[in-house]
Amino acid sequence: MVGYLVVLLLVLAAAAYWIGRTRAIASVNGDVARLHSLPSQHGMFLALFAAGPALLAILLWSLVTPGFESSIIADRFSSELSGMGIPQVEAFIRDARAMAFGGLVGFADPTKEAAAAVYKSVHTTSTWIIWAVALVLSASGFYWAYSRIAQAYRARHVVERVLRAFLIACSVVAILTTIGIVLSLIFESLRFFQQVPFYKFLFGTHWSPQSAFTGAGAEAGAVNQDIFGMVPLFAGTLLITFIAMLVAAPIGLMAAIYLSDYASKSVRAVAKPVLEILAGIPTVVYGFFAALTVAPYFRGIGESLGLNVASESALAAGVVMGIMIIPFVSSLSDDVINAVPQSLRDGSAGLGATKSETIRKVVLPAALPGIVSAMLLAVSRAIGETMIVVMAAGLAANLTANPLEAVTTVTVQIVTLLVGDQEFDSAKTLAAFALGLVLFCITLTLNIVALRVVQKYREQYD
Amino acid sequence: MTDAISSFGAVGRPVSIHTDDAAKARLKGRYRTETWFKWLGAGAVALAGLFLVLLLSTIVTQAIPALRQNYLTLPIDLSAAKVDPAKLDAVNYDAIAQEALTARFPDITSRQDKRLLRGLISTGTGVFLRKDIAADPGMLGGTVDYAVPLDDFADLYLKGLLADVGSDEAISTSVTPSKTSGDIDLTFGDDAMLALARGHGATEGENGMLTLTSGASSLLVVFNGGTVKLTALSPGPNGTAVAKGTVIEALDSTAPAASDQAFLRVIDTPEASRKISDKEIVWLDTLKSAGQIESRFNSIFFFTGASREPELAGVWGAVVGSFLTMIVTLAIAFPIGVSAAIYLEEFAPKNRLTTIIEVNINNLAAVPSIVFGLLGLAVFLNFFGMPRSAPVVGGMVLALMTLPIIIIASRASLRAVPPSIREAALGIGASKVQTVFHHVLPLAMPGIMTGTILGMAHALGETAPLLMIGMVAFIVDIPAGFTDPATILPVQIFMWADFPEAGFQQKTSAAILILLVFLVIMNAIAVILRRRFERRW
Repeated sequence: MVGYLVVLLLVLAAAAYWIGRTRAIASVNGDVARLHSLPSQHGMFLALFAAGPALLAILLWSLVTPGFESSIIADRFSSELSGMGIPQVEAFIRDARAMAFGGLVGFADPTKEAAAAVYKSVHTTSTWIIWAVALVLSASGFYWAYSRIAQAYRARHVVERVLRAFLIACSVVAILTTIGIVLSLIFESLRFFQQVPFYKFLFGTHWSPQSAFTGAGAEAGAVNQDIFGMVPLFAGTLLITFIAMLVAAPIGLMAAIYLSDYASKSVRAVAKPVLEILAGIPTVVYGFFAALTVAPYFRGIGESLGLNVASESALAAGVVMGIMIIPFVSSLSDDVINAVPQSLRDGSAGLGATKSETIRKVVLPAALPGIVSAMLLAVSRAIGETMIVVMAAGLAANLTANPLEAVTTVTVQIVTLLVGDQEFDSAKTLAAFALGLVLFCITLTLNIVALRVVQKYREQYD
Repeated sequence: MTDAISSFGAVGRPVSIHTDDAAKARLKGRYRTETWFKWLGAGAVALAGLFLVLLLSTIVTQAIPALRQNYLTLPIDLSAAKVDPAKLDAVNYDAIAQEALTARFPDITSRQDKRLLRGLISTGTGVFLRKDIAADPGMLGGTVDYAVPLDDFADLYLKGLLADVGSDEAISTSVTPSKTSGDIDLTFGDDAMLALARGHGATEGENGMLTLTSGASSLLVVFNGGTVKLTALSPGPNGTAVAKGTVIEALDSTAPAASDQAFLRVIDTPEASRKISDKEIVWLDTLKSAGQIESRFNSIFFFTGASREPELAGVWGAVVGSFLTMIVTLAIAFPIGVSAAIYLEEFAPKNRLTTIIEVNINNLAAVPSIVFGLLGLAVFLNFFGMPRSAPVVGGMVLALMTLPIIIIASRASLRAVPPSIREAALGIGASKVQTVFHHVLPLAMPGIMTGTILGMAHALGETAPLLMIGMVAFIVDIPAGFTDPATILPVQIFMWADFPEAGFQQKTSAAILILLVFLVIMNAIAVILRRRFERRW
């Protein structure tokens, strides 16, 4: 229904553009040069005012109504819903909505049917309201703008100002995203820290939130605060990241050195796309590779050596993550190494140094801040990586430094806590947001440090 | 360096610190290091290439079997007695297909065996049959040859993925059975069979008795038109061997089979460690040699939605879900990203706000993707109450994630347009907005498109944030709109990789292959755009 309204408004806008244009030309009897703004700008002006406010109103309406309608249903049926938990209420409202819009529902009962009827009527009313509001806005906008069009009217300025406002609004979306991330993480984390003190979360060494509710009877629902210690997760994350960097740092760096200083054009023409493809493969594919090929392979090697390798060993996840990060390290290092001026290399060669001596004693020291920053960014990437560890690392928290054992990571726990239907208010679910906050802070800090390292220690050669 | 002044060597040539033996050794060492270093670098590149080859070859070799599916052609009785044309919906089509299969093996009488036999064809058979009858009512009224998909285990066995089966070897001695069915005794003309059984993991007992348990390879003797599975062997009189066996397929007669008339089929994988029994293998081989099984292009996989049964699971639902999600992502991220880039590059004054926006965009590009999922969960689902598992929410989350990529690429592209273009436009009286939109933006468009496509390719492969907003739900229906529950290709891969059934492993690889094909296409378009339209100034 509202879709038709949007289409109608777009048609109106096109019509308004044409009307505005025609009126502008008519106002100067066809002598377009006498107009302050071009006829098309007058047309755009009219179109903007005819459709813009109405479209904004529709956007606002579509953001607000679902919640509003749900709350009306929850309100009307509060007596029937009083005994239910939040997920059941949500499911009830979802079913009612589905029935109201002609969908199929697993278990229909009279209450739901009644709710669906109410939903339908509420929705019809709100649809009528938005139609009326949109049409009134459109008509008044059109009338106001139409009366403005005249020879001296500065339509161009208005249009360009509106356009610029739109551009600014788009740029602000990035900031809004960050604010949204920070606020949502902080609010949910605060709710978590009300139930579990943050020092127990940060410094506790026991993590098993699946058994969050230990009490029975009167104690049921009491949160066991001692099972939300994130130290094992953090240790596991660091272990896997460390293994990944052991793989990625030397290979990535050496590959970058080779490609920038040694490789012939034909080698580069092959090697660069190889690295780009490696970078473009989705992480879920790496995860599948780690879980189904690499982990059993390591397990087999371990068995033949008499070692007990877990089938979800940190080693397998770490190595595959390392492979994933190789192109990241190599492309960042490549940029940094190429940024070292050729004059330094020439000077070193002129003193009789071999190529490798030049690289090791001149180029790498000069590029060091950039390389350090690249490594930090790679670490940040490894810490935030999710799919590989979800598929190939363990689920149970295990405080160990042995790479052959299974460990779990922060991201794995976020996924396990939030996948599937869960109450949104339980400490278990909120813990995921606290973990997310920790993750966000760590990666942000690493990124900022990486940036500062470059800014502070970079040598300006040219 | 003072002692570097030349002294005279044996041949009378001046020797300096740069040419003496120590220096030569030093130089040799330095060159050796040089070579080492160079090969180390080449090795690193080669290792990266090796990883890629390993990864892709694993995926491709695993995916290839899933592209085909084995079908069993059965004469299915669709006469009016079985299927009432007036009540097509009330018919148990599965039972009709199963009857046709059991009729093919009249010897099988026990309930257990019948159930095993029925399990050879897919549980989705009835659905296909019903659909095809609805499409072509002409099938009704008689017996038609109809191809039904095989169950996943049967299918995997026929693709050679479930058990190692050796080729048939002729037995170079006579074989005499005691009966034609049930548990029987077999007498072999010589004792070569004993050594063979020992070689295949038979357990030694008293008096040279050998027992073939389910932990040993299966030895099947094929003769007289039937198949006998050996269970135990012992040496008989006069250098013969006597074996106990179970008839899997009834023999025609108890006449002795002459030398080279009987065949031995060895299934190397022990019965205990494979998911298909000897009986099923024999039945399938019989059906296959009768020409009733054919391998077809696996259209089920490409054109149906998800299923718990590996042979019925398809990627189409996930592909459509991915497509819908990408449309939303593109519709949001492209206009907003390009507008933001235009503002920051062309209009923004140098002030605190724009600096904050810039730093912010760079940081946003490095935020782990799962955090965007948390944002989507907290804001879109819980605050705005948008539907779970819907492509519209997934698309919005991915759009926020792709936005920084598009902005950064678009800015680079706008920056590459030389100032002379802007100055020329401004010089002939264009406004700033006209300059940007009529002159700069069209010239920057190829670069912007390239960046956008690469960003979209990145979004297409993203999984973690979509797990957070419930796109992991098990959804059978193909989504028809932006608010329908849907799953997407990478999430489907993630879910299938978790399923224990062996058949899903191939399906997962095949789904990965499809995802990679899409990514390759997108990247190829980006490369072509870059090659064709990008201008160097």
